[in-house]
Amino acid sequence: MTSALGEHVVSAAELVERALALATLPSVAIVSERTEANLRWANNALTTNGEMRSRTLTVTATAPVEGGTAAGTVTRQVAGPDAVVAAVSAAEDLARSGPPADDAMPLIGGEPATGWDAEAETTSIDVLALLAEGLGSVFERARRQQELLFGYAEHSMTTAYLGTSGGLRRRGVQPAGRLEFNAKTADLAASAWVGAATRDFTDVDIAGLHAELTTRLGWADRKISLPPGRYETLLPPGAVADLMVYLHWMAGARDAEEGRNAFSAGEGKTKIGQEFSELPIRLRSDPYFPHLECLPFVHSSSAPQGVSLAFDGGIDMVGVDWISDGVLRELVRNRGQAARTGLEPTPPADNLIMEGGGTASLAEMIARTERGLLLTCLWYIREVDPERLLLTGLTRDGVYLIEQGHIVGAVNNFRFNESPIELLGRLSEVGAAEQALCREWSDWVNRTVMPPVRVPDFNMSTVSQAS
Amino acid sequence: MARLAAVPDLDAAFLALPLQALTDAALSRASELGCNHADVRIERLLNGHRTFRDHKLESSTDYENLGVSVRVVHAGVWGFAAGIELTPDAAAALVDRAVATARVSRPLTPDTVLLAPEPGYPEAAWVSDYEVNPFDVDESTKQGRMLELCDRLLAAPGVAHTSALLWYVQENKYLANLAGTITTQQRIRVQPQITAVNVGDTGFATMRTLAAPAGRGWEYLTGTGHDFDAEIAELPEHLAAHVAAPSVEAGRYDLVIDPTNLFLTIHESVGHATELDRALGYEAAYAGTSFATFDQLGSLQYGSPVMNVTGDRLVDHGLSTIGYDDEGVAAQQFDIVRRGTLVGFQLNRQMAAANGLDRSNGCAFADSPGSIPMQRMPNVSLQPEPGGPSIEELISAVDGGIYIVGDKSWSIDMQRYNFQFTGQRFFRIEGGKLAGQVKDVAYQATTTDFWRSLEAVGNDSTYVLGGAFNCGKGQPGQTAPVSHGCPAALFREVNVLNTQAEGSAS
Repeated sequence: MTSALGEHVVSAAELVERALALATLPSVAIVSERTEANLRWANNALTTNGEMRSRTLTVTATAPVEGGTAAGTVTRQVAGPDAVVAAVSAAEDLARSGPPADDAMPLIGGEPATGWDAEAETTSIDVLALLAEGLGSVFERARRQQELLFGYAEHSMTTAYLGTSGGLRRRGVQPAGRLEFNAKTADLAASAWVGAATRDFTDVDIAGLHAELTTRLGWADRKISLPPGRYETLLPPGAVADLMVYLHWMAGARDAEEGRNAFSAGEGKTKIGQEFSELPIRLRSDPYFPHLECLPFVHSSSAPQGVSLAFDGGIDMVGVDWISDGVLRELVRNRGQAARTGLEPTPPADNLIMEGGGTASLAEMIARTERGLLLTCLWYIREVDPERLLLTGLTRDGVYLIEQGHIVGAVNNFRFNESPIELLGRLSEVGAAEQALCREWSDWVNRTVMPPVRVPDFNMSTVSQAS
Repeated sequence: MARLAAVPDLDAAFLALPLQALTDAALSRASELGCNHADVRIERLLNGHRTFRDHKLESSTDYENLGVSVRVVHAGVWGFAAGIELTPDAAAALVDRAVATARVSRPLTPDTVLLAPEPGYPEAAWVSDYEVNPFDVDESTKQGRMLELCDRLLAAPGVAHTSALLWYVQENKYLANLAGTITTQQRIRVQPQITAVNVGDTGFATMRTLAAPAGRGWEYLTGTGHDFDAEIAELPEHLAAHVAAPSVEAGRYDLVIDPTNLFLTIHESVGHATELDRALGYEAAYAGTSFATFDQLGSLQYGSPVMNVTGDRLVDHGLSTIGYDDEGVAAQQFDIVRRGTLVGFQLNRQMAAANGLDRSNGCAFADSPGSIPMQRMPNVSLQPEPGGPSIEELISAVDGGIYIVGDKSWSIDMQRYNFQFTGQRFFRIEGGKLAGQVKDVAYQATTTDFWRSLEAVGNDSTYVLGGAFNCGKGQPGQTAPVSHGCPAALFREVNVLNTQAEGSAS
């Protein structure tokens, strides 16, 4: 359904209508139009660039089967009308052949939202034109300074159109962008990193970010070897985001009630109501949070572990406090589990905001540190023990030693082993929250506001020789 | 051996696409525009993904991705474009877009792209070695088999819950280039995985099946290549012993590592570390670089003399096995580590040419029709020692140590030095004999220290082909399936952590 120039001749909204008209079972149809542009560079030169567009149709059909209701979901690229027919019939076949689902709920109905059939918004490589121009001069400066630059910039625009057999029609536009920027000394012995999340790249100052990288490489003029151990450690907002995002991904209510995740309190109970921190920590999702706006309705089945959203397409995403005043308040729950337990559904909006009442900047926290470590990023984070949510990973692209309020040199990297739940209980200071790009999970998450934090005894388990 | 020439299994619906008309249109446009190189790839991926929770189906999702992409070298610069409309006009238009991106890139590209030569392979076809295409099997049969296995686990004492996954893929690739290559290929792969959960008074514990994802069809679930019935029958006992096991005392231990665990250590500490694009810095800001730099080719002592590692895209049922790679290079086998010394890197055509090597060893792969081919891992495998020890003999050579079975948690740094792995189950070795399970074990080492501590590798009977569906690399991110064969092996004096003592608890 594209012309030779890639223009769609049938609108996305029309495809949703066609799919629902073809459906013989109660169904949800979602068309997702995505355009993306990216630039990647290494060793002061561009390595790849690309402009991609895709249009996928996802149909979830629900069927009455012996003993209940089953669901089947089919996703495919839609290049022509045949694809719509094929997707609907495949989803219905899948649903009819399935056993009844535990989480079955009637699909929601409703009305067409105003303007739901408006054209999709798109992006193109032009969004990165200024950045590309800036990179040209930044590469030159890096060559003069004997630095090597590496990095990646990506901008995407996704327009989602959702319809249900019950009449609901919704549309949402999600812009997303990120810049990851890394500098190394010519001998590769020191490495620094800055990252930025952005909605449109108009706020990205590549020359300024490069200057920050040069400053950080300068901190590594003095190299200090430290052994493994427990160190007072300042984690910048991006590193905190990586830990909290993982915590949130594992925070399924049903798994907790069944005793099979770290949020279980045993005997069918969860840790909701338990104090995780003496500090006034608040961790929440909110689709309307300024600069982190995200789609306010369920439009994909991806959700935290153990939570299926197959029957929940189109329901409202509302703001949820997962933690407030340091106390666990909520876990992620679909409608099926909500109905079973008499609680509210809590589908997770696609952003995460943590605050702790602090007002200090990271610079102020450094200035108040007698002796401690400042991290840049956490990397290769993996779950070691799901019972405690113990995670392992590495520090990356700059561990700096602070003495008497000043950065005095760069330290070797470490492997850590820590649980984000347990860390919350040990924080001694939470700074002012700001928009942050995480490192490990940025392929999936780039809408976070996080504070820098101080941990009095961060567990640097072993030394890594990587630089 | 996988079949060549006679290919009755090639998917008729894929062959019915206007494959030649599209590639003819695109390649003639590329010639008109003066491209030095052009290839056109039409690809269709079918994914079936089922998850199960206790006695029930949790989710049932099918995903199809069909499209075409064009890659050119124009005036010495790469250009790429991808689309989903399968008409000759649309394919020719992609060439114009690819050339346009090459023009945009030129000012930021200092070096001319050159490709190592490779013969043309006109009309070549290849199909992976499987018996039953999972897409041809009834839905109720597939779900029924998985739920039957879950039900058996749930009936066993000590198993409160189960989670299960059945994922199967059919991949069709059609590639044509200006050198006259036209390849048509089809691969089938399957990943079944079942986890049993114990919920006790003080917490929970899990244990997962060890069956590796494999380049096989539905027959893998019914007795060919793995015995799921036997594995499910044993799992509750292993889980119960794990729950009751004492916590390990941290310290240095001799380790006998089962191939079901060692394959992942090979993947992370040898597979990724010998990707030449990493060594050259292309992945420096993301996946990372490598301690194994190109100047150490032929001299780096990677491991002990019993360490022999190959890369291949040939082995039967390997997840990276294929006839021709995504640059039209025929599948090969090559040495990576020979008698402990680094002797080879994984290559694509550009890196081979840029580094003075005659030919690519065939490691280019794109994970979808819309993805740019990049250097990805072949099957990287540790060779067994013919006539070498059995697992029992390896264990008998250890006075105080641990036998580690099954992979679980993995993490390694951005230069592939420091790693930490856990496993599914750990058996104490005392006086050359197994002495029950211990738990909370993680082994941690620096790559070269670890491989230099390799004292012995097992014989052919200990050899298992492990693997993963989801190896990630690149920005935008791509995932690749890859297998790793290895024997059981004995490592001396490796650092073992007690994971309970990590984090807050100290």
